[in-house]
Amino acid sequence: MRRFLDVTGAVAWRTIHHFLTQPSILVPSLLFPLFFFTAFSGALSGVEAIPGFDFPSGYAAFQFAFVMLQASAFGGVFAGFSIAADFESGFTRRLMLASPDRRGILAGYAVAALFRAVVVWVMLIVVALLVGMQIDGGALDLVGLYTLAALVNVTGLLFSAGVATRLRTMQAGPAMQMPVFLLLFLAPVYMPLELLEGWIHTAARLNPMTPLLELSRDFISGQPADLWAYAVVLTMFAVLALWALTGLRRAERAGG
Amino acid sequence: MTDTNLGIAVHELHKQFKDGPKAVDGISLAVAPGEIYGFLGPNGAGKSTTVHILTTLLRPDGGYATVQGYDVVKQGAQVRASIGAALQEAALDPMLTGREHMRLQTALQGLPRSTRRPRGNELLERVGLIDAADRRVGSYSGGMKRRLDLALALVHEPRVLFLDEPTTGLDPQSRSDLWREVSRLAREDGVTVFLTTQYLEEADVLADHVGIISRGRIVAEGTPEALKAEIGRPTLEVVPVDPADRQRFADVLARFGPAASSAKPSAVAVLLEDGADALASVIRGIDADSLRMDSFQVHKPTLDDVFLAKTGESFAQGDQGASASSEDESLQPAEAPA
Amino acid sequence: MSATSTQVGELARRSLVRTLRQPASIIPSLLFPLVFLALNSGGLGSATRIPDFPTDSYLAFFIAAPFVQAALFATMGAGTDVAKDVQTGFVSRLALTPTRGNALLFGQLAGVLAVSLFSSLTFLVVGLVAGVTFESGLPGMVVIMVLATLIGIALSSIGVMLGMRSGSGEAVQGMFPLFFVFLFLSSLTMPRPLIEQDWFRTIATYNPVSYLLEAIRSLVITGWDGRALALGFGIAIALVAVSVFGASRAVRMRWTRT
Repeated sequence: MRRFLDVTGAVAWRTIHHFLTQPSILVPSLLFPLFFFTAFSGALSGVEAIPGFDFPSGYAAFQFAFVMLQASAFGGVFAGFSIAADFESGFTRRLMLASPDRRGILAGYAVAALFRAVVVWVMLIVVALLVGMQIDGGALDLVGLYTLAALVNVTGLLFSAGVATRLRTMQAGPAMQMPVFLLLFLAPVYMPLELLEGWIHTAARLNPMTPLLELSRDFISGQPADLWAYAVVLTMFAVLALWALTGLRRAERAGG
Repeated sequence: MTDTNLGIAVHELHKQFKDGPKAVDGISLAVAPGEIYGFLGPNGAGKSTTVHILTTLLRPDGGYATVQGYDVVKQGAQVRASIGAALQEAALDPMLTGREHMRLQTALQGLPRSTRRPRGNELLERVGLIDAADRRVGSYSGGMKRRLDLALALVHEPRVLFLDEPTTGLDPQSRSDLWREVSRLAREDGVTVFLTTQYLEEADVLADHVGIISRGRIVAEGTPEALKAEIGRPTLEVVPVDPADRQRFADVLARFGPAASSAKPSAVAVLLEDGADALASVIRGIDADSLRMDSFQVHKPTLDDVFLAKTGESFAQGDQGASASSEDESLQPAEAPA
Repeated sequence: MSATSTQVGELARRSLVRTLRQPASIIPSLLFPLVFLALNSGGLGSATRIPDFPTDSYLAFFIAAPFVQAALFATMGAGTDVAKDVQTGFVSRLALTPTRGNALLFGQLAGVLAVSLFSSLTFLVVGLVAGVTFESGLPGMVVIMVLATLIGIALSSIGVMLGMRSGSGEAVQGMFPLFFVFLFLSSLTMPRPLIEQDWFRTIATYNPVSYLLEAIRSLVITGWDGRALALGFGIAIALVAVSVFGASRAVRMRWTRT
């Protein structure tokens, strides 16, 4: 256990250090979620006028929930990029040789991904409060919201880690990004599920991201929350953990 | 030779980049028509800067130069019309084929439409690329790229050819292929060639005259034979076991020739006046003084020795990286970091 | 004059050949705008139920976007291509021939023009297949293609300028987010009168991208709206003038020769 934590700590420290000291990584990952939040909530608040739009806390809060999940998921995916980059530079090979428990490596990247997400969350909530976003959920709701976001973050990491450990090259970037992007945007991003029509309604109904998004909106608006969405994210978490661990084993067999 | 002659004439050329050292610091040289001139020096010595000035891509701060009788500053268009240049490794588009490069180059050089294709094929044939002509340049080897580059430079039958480190990074076979073509151009077609290189061997094989450049100045000039003869004696390097004995060693060695500088700080070196024949006497002399040696080395003159003799630093140390980077920056259009 | 047209022609050919041989550079410029079109027209379909929304098809409303987005991709493409030419020394090779600097610029832009016409045509066909009615009919579609091409040339010239000045593909790519911000802070997703946040509506009103989008949009959902067209074409032509001038100066800077 000691050794596991040592490896975790070392990988996490290094990845976080990288994130904080490289403006070309830090700045976009902070600015993009903020930009999405302001652009979507600014441009589209007219959506509230659509008959049937019944979200009680205003359009900014409605979008905030989406941007939170989006930033969390992409925070995880970007940590997957670091894994791919480390494979490319040969850093991972050194790590794997040095560490007795290689799951510690994965845990280290997960800690770094969470750190990254927390930084973005803080920025987002500060800006949201500054622009006067309404939060109707109580303290417990917020705990629920951030727990959900953390799970989404690590799930995103596990997905991209599975891809990174299998392809072991930065070229895998789009293969990590595109599926997550599509999953996110095939959810009820701009308006509630009931207002979606046609093929996108069907896609959103089947999309596992939809219950997560709806749950986080319920948390923000303090509406009674349908906690079964946790079962969805936990299932995704379990499946993708397996995906990442088998990927790690493959990478071990391939000699890093 | 006067400046109105053909070939290349350079007088007191100066160039300094912003916030940088003097890249070219008072260079003068002359290249007769049909001659191959080897411009030899380490990275960043000012070779490329000089070539860029002579090919009109860069304006000198001072001095003047003529190419084929035309002033490189005032008669840029005439200079460009009479020269061909292969300025660096990859000034090619990897997405185009060799033939497409030819098509573009023949058109841009203003060849009449009817002669473009035959001229292109003739040149591709001559550099041995006719079979690869329809492959994209991205799939070419380093040697093929250099040969294509050379062929492109010859499209308009220039009388003067500038080659900036044409063989850097090439394998020995590709290198000698290129050498053969360059010397054929000079011998048979009477093309004047100005070639920069980091390799003594290259200058030795190809050039009629060699100029050695260091930190923007020419430190030695002459035929390769003359340059070698000048330092044609072998150097002996001795490392004493006890550094305190250095002076005693120097006294012994001084009997056999002038002291030479050495790249090893612990060594004492001498240029053997009577060549390797003196070695036995040297050892007897050292033995007579009961001096103990750690190592004893004789080597034939190399570029390092020429350079060492002229600049007091070895060629490798002379890799003038700092000035190279500022040169690279200012010459971004055509200068890739080595 | 004939020499110049040969130079431009050959350089245009080269720009086109180079683009077509890098599917990775051309496919995203078609695919991303189409994916974006599908996701947004789906996700925002019900926005047409907002009172006073100018059309009952959000797809028809949003189809203006791909034309501008494709121009954005063309900008990045032209910029990185030119930066590569600076880096490899290709520009110096050209500078040693009797070629004029502007032949490179116009050759590059001619290549952009061809790609731009092709992608505009694709978007029009996709729109028609997906059931968009173009209120201005066939002539309107031609006008859309002309406007989209102007926008493509204007933005690509900015790309050429950036590429020439920086000589770095990364520096050009680094500008992408800025263009992206311009695109999003416009009337991209909502008609300006229906943007409820004052600050956003103000930005969108001052953002020239809004008028480019609105001119194309007017031809789709309104018919012939002289004011929207005058604004759109006016801004596009002004952008072309400024950016071609800037690009031409940047080329001259790199085309240093005596």
